[in-house]
Amino acid sequence: MDEALLRSLTPSVLGVLVRRGADFAAAEDAVQDALVEAVRVWPTDPPRDAKGWLVAVAWRRFLDAARSDAARRRREDLVDAEPASGPTPAVDDTLQLYFLCAHPSLTPSSAVALTLRAVGGLTTHQIAQAYLVPEATMAQRISRAKRTVSGVRFDQPGDVATVLRVLYLVFNEGYSGDIDLAAEAIRLTRQLAATFDHPEVAGLLALMLLHHARRAARTAPDGSLVPLAEQDRGRWDTMMIAEGVEILQAALARDRLGEYQAQAAIAALHADAPTAAETDWVQIVEWYDELARLTDNPVVRLNRAVAVGEADGPRAGLAALAALDDTLPRHTAAAAYLHERDGNLTTAARLYAEAAHKAPNLAERDHLTRQAARLNTHQRR
Amino acid sequence: MAKYLLLKHYRGAPAAVNDVPMDRWTPEEISAHVQYMNDFAARLEGTGEFVDGQALSPEGTFVRYDGEGRPPVTDGPFAETKDLIAGWMVIDVDSYERAIELAGELSAAPGAGGKPIHEWLEVRPFLAAPPTTTECLFHG
Repeated sequence: MDEALLRSLTPSVLGVLVRRGADFAAAEDAVQDALVEAVRVWPTDPPRDAKGWLVAVAWRRFLDAARSDAARRRREDLVDAEPASGPTPAVDDTLQLYFLCAHPSLTPSSAVALTLRAVGGLTTHQIAQAYLVPEATMAQRISRAKRTVSGVRFDQPGDVATVLRVLYLVFNEGYSGDIDLAAEAIRLTRQLAATFDHPEVAGLLALMLLHHARRAARTAPDGSLVPLAEQDRGRWDTMMIAEGVEILQAALARDRLGEYQAQAAIAALHADAPTAAETDWVQIVEWYDELARLTDNPVVRLNRAVAVGEADGPRAGLAALAALDDTLPRHTAAAAYLHERDGNLTTAARLYAEAAHKAPNLAERDHLTRQAARLNTHQRR
Repeated sequence: MAKYLLLKHYRGAPAAVNDVPMDRWTPEEISAHVQYMNDFAARLEGTGEFVDGQALSPEGTFVRYDGEGRPPVTDGPFAETKDLIAGWMVIDVDSYERAIELAGELSAAPGAGGKPIHEWLEVRPFLAAPPTTTECLFHG
């Protein structure tokens, strides 16, 4: 049984049912039934047209459920509204599903869960495991999300920015357990890019690929963080980098710049440098300027200050940093780094220790504590 | 999506507004309190925000390594002030603001006279795995 095939067909089958007028939750149940049936039947009796088979079975299941429903009148309307069978454009249905699952009425975590379930075809168990919450909690999160969007009609184009944000959230969760959410996010963004021609979709796909290509080098075998400059560039996935750069260049050529393309451009400049010392920091600062124009994100300005420190020296970086709110996440860590580069080791050690206290995750805290310890033991000698 | 620990203290936290020891409540007041906590947990399960919750015994023991075969055990180096944790709930929410909002609601559990206790709860974020895109830029 080709599980990947089933997973990739799920969204378009679901999309067909929803477009034919099925309520989202009921459609989803019907598609799940069809998938179970496929697992049972296909090994001995493989279908000629896998998707057509799934649509037929799921639609029959949906009608059965609707018929047994107490709402007799509604059921008759639905049957009446059934369009003639025939080839259906998969492209639009899948796209609509992306927009539905990232609907602005959903909270970010609900949108993420629903997208992984309905578009990604993951089981509730798998999603719960990936997010380290009980399966019952995740099941409720998903069914609430389904209820929230069940009345939404597809008569208006969705907001692509919301869809991209949801996919980026999935990507940023990284991975835990048997589901690699970063890889899953890339798969879904690829699928979206194939059905929806938009430079920011391409920009996000390029960004994900460029980040993902460096993943193996980003952590040591013991799980500790490896700074960009110290990463073994031989472990970067050059095929993936090349693909990301190519997608990015095609997107940039269309002259409709957005924040994901700009971020991808920065990632590409890092990925492109044969050594850390050869990084084109001047161009990176220029992209950060572009990014700051596109978004009102203070984190962008923080990263820009660090890039300025590399391009024009640590004093210039510290000056740029001083202009920013010092309660920003990672502000202290950035200050520690720039002070160290400036030769001010005592201040740097103190700031690293302070930054470790504020670190948002374990690996980063350990990393910053080690930086502080390195400077403190160095000065004791 | 971030996980937070809501910590309920036996003592060590500032006094609650409605500060009557539980053993002086009526049985009905205790039932109402327990019901409130259970309903709260059930509701969070319904919203997809519940992760875990447990109550802890007020008795605890301090242990440390002190050489082979003799770990010393004490009831605590600071018996007078030791901060006893009564229980916890772990939630998984979209924002810090949501965590604060829920802790505020939990603090309103009814106590003596059926009035909210207004007890202090500690809210602490979990340290999780780093996100995929955290590039250690300024660490190198």
